[in-house]
Amino acid sequence: MRRSFLPIIVVIAGLLAIWYAAVVPMNIKMALTAAERSGIAVTPVGAKERRDRSAMLLVVQNTFAIKDTFALERPRLPAPHQVATELWNSTVNKKITSKRSLVFHGWITLSSTLLGFAIGTGLGILLAIGIVYNRAMDMSVMPWAIASQTIPILAIAPMIIVVFNSVGLQGIFPKAIISAYLSFFPVVVGMVKGLRSPDQMHLDLLKTYNASSTEGFWKLRLPSSMPFFFASLKIGIAASLVGAIVGELPTGAVRGLGARLLSGSYYGQTIQIWSALLAAALLAAALVALIGLVQRLTLNRMGMS
Amino acid sequence: MSQDPVIEARSLNLTFATNDGPVHALSDVNLTINKGDFVSFIGPSGCGKTTFLRALAALEEPTSGTILVNGQTPDQARQKRSYGYVFQHAGLYPWRTIAGNIKLPLEIMGYSKSEQLRRTDEVLRLVELEDFSKKFPWQLSGGMQQRASIARALAFDAELLLMDEPFGALDEIVRDHLNEQLLELWKRTNKTICFVTHSIPEAVFLSTKIVVMSPRPGRITDVIESSLSVDRPLEIRDSTEFIEIAQRVREGLRAGHGSE
Repeated sequence: MRRSFLPIIVVIAGLLAIWYAAVVPMNIKMALTAAERSGIAVTPVGAKERRDRSAMLLVVQNTFAIKDTFALERPRLPAPHQVATELWNSTVNKKITSKRSLVFHGWITLSSTLLGFAIGTGLGILLAIGIVYNRAMDMSVMPWAIASQTIPILAIAPMIIVVFNSVGLQGIFPKAIISAYLSFFPVVVGMVKGLRSPDQMHLDLLKTYNASSTEGFWKLRLPSSMPFFFASLKIGIAASLVGAIVGELPTGAVRGLGARLLSGSYYGQTIQIWSALLAAALLAAALVALIGLVQRLTLNRMGMS
Repeated sequence: MSQDPVIEARSLNLTFATNDGPVHALSDVNLTINKGDFVSFIGPSGCGKTTFLRALAALEEPTSGTILVNGQTPDQARQKRSYGYVFQHAGLYPWRTIAGNIKLPLEIMGYSKSEQLRRTDEVLRLVELEDFSKKFPWQLSGGMQQRASIARALAFDAELLLMDEPFGALDEIVRDHLNEQLLELWKRTNKTICFVTHSIPEAVFLSTKIVVMSPRPGRITDVIESSLSVDRPLEIRDSTEFIEIAQRVREGLRAGHGSE
């Protein structure tokens, strides 16, 4: 951990530097317009004149405005510290019951992420067992599972919401279904591979013991699939979060990180969009890290790490 | 030693269908193995010695001919849990401790918890691994892992110990040591052992009966009843009797090659 500390800091510093450098040309036109409006001399005069100028040239001609580009209210690209401030204000400085609290919205998204992840993982495991033990399922299920993932989730999400809505299911459940739709697939693929990972010798050994296939599953196939299982879970949980956010977009939902993104884009609140994005990324990272921890503990106990 | 036949193979044929046409793995094999025999199968790769062992354990189905194990088919014998199979690689489960691995067949065969413990302790002592019961396989050397896998095969009362080149991947010093231990075990337990090997000294040192095989098609070319006494220190390998038997095995192997 300590050894990777410095490289991580260097990479983050590099990314922040690039971000800050990009903010100036991205926002210069807006900054100059605002400056002109408040009576400061700007070259060239008039927004119309500046529209087709290169942003870099404008920066060079109006160096005084550089500091303004970092402090616009609705910048084209917000500066990192603006996003960080918004993130801080909307998490720590807000009551978590507030509609403006990212913790509140994050929890809404997280709850449907977790429900969808549980459904998707369960479904994935069951399908994988079916594929490994049943020849008909082996031949038939996989192509459908692959086909399901080629459909853009943005196209199918509204329909899932609408269909569930018409049978009276609203709120967390339809979103969880979208999460499950995305997360079952890596679990199926990983578990099929994992359940088939024991080598022939181990299978032969069980045969000489006259073991039943149930015993073969619990004593051999399931334990040997564990490393594959956890790798799948890490992909699955991230996909689940994406599913939950996407599920919040098409419905005009008012709660959840997806709703935050949507309302931010309605009102041009770029800072709000970026802070919601960053919150989603941090949430995903935390979830993946949590699974990583469970994986380490489990495999350690199994003597397999 | 009694003379009850445990295994009787009569005009056994086994053909594998492969992409390059049929492979005749066993051709007209006839063999009788008595209770308490230590039988080695020796021959070059592809002579069918492993296939014979697998057919014996009902892991392969013969194309024609019969095998009887105590008057039953191999599959019936398998269902009665007559076989302790030891593979070339120890094949221990990495997520089970050594004791856990030895318990595996006992759990499957439904032994009580206390009986599982008693038997695990007993066989661990037999292979001198009692201090390693709580270790995971990767914490043990290759030779120790192989001893654990022999213990696993001994833990339940398998009548027949089938060993497929169990020491093939080990160095010679470890191998000599394990050979001595195996002989000790065999004398103490009076099990019938079928042992596949590539090594002439190993076959002569261990066996009461040496089956020499040759490839394409896999067949038996010679069956040698060893005249060596049951008590065999490692030094017996320098005796003239030992060298004569080894000579006969070598000639058998060469004859098998010459007929191609």
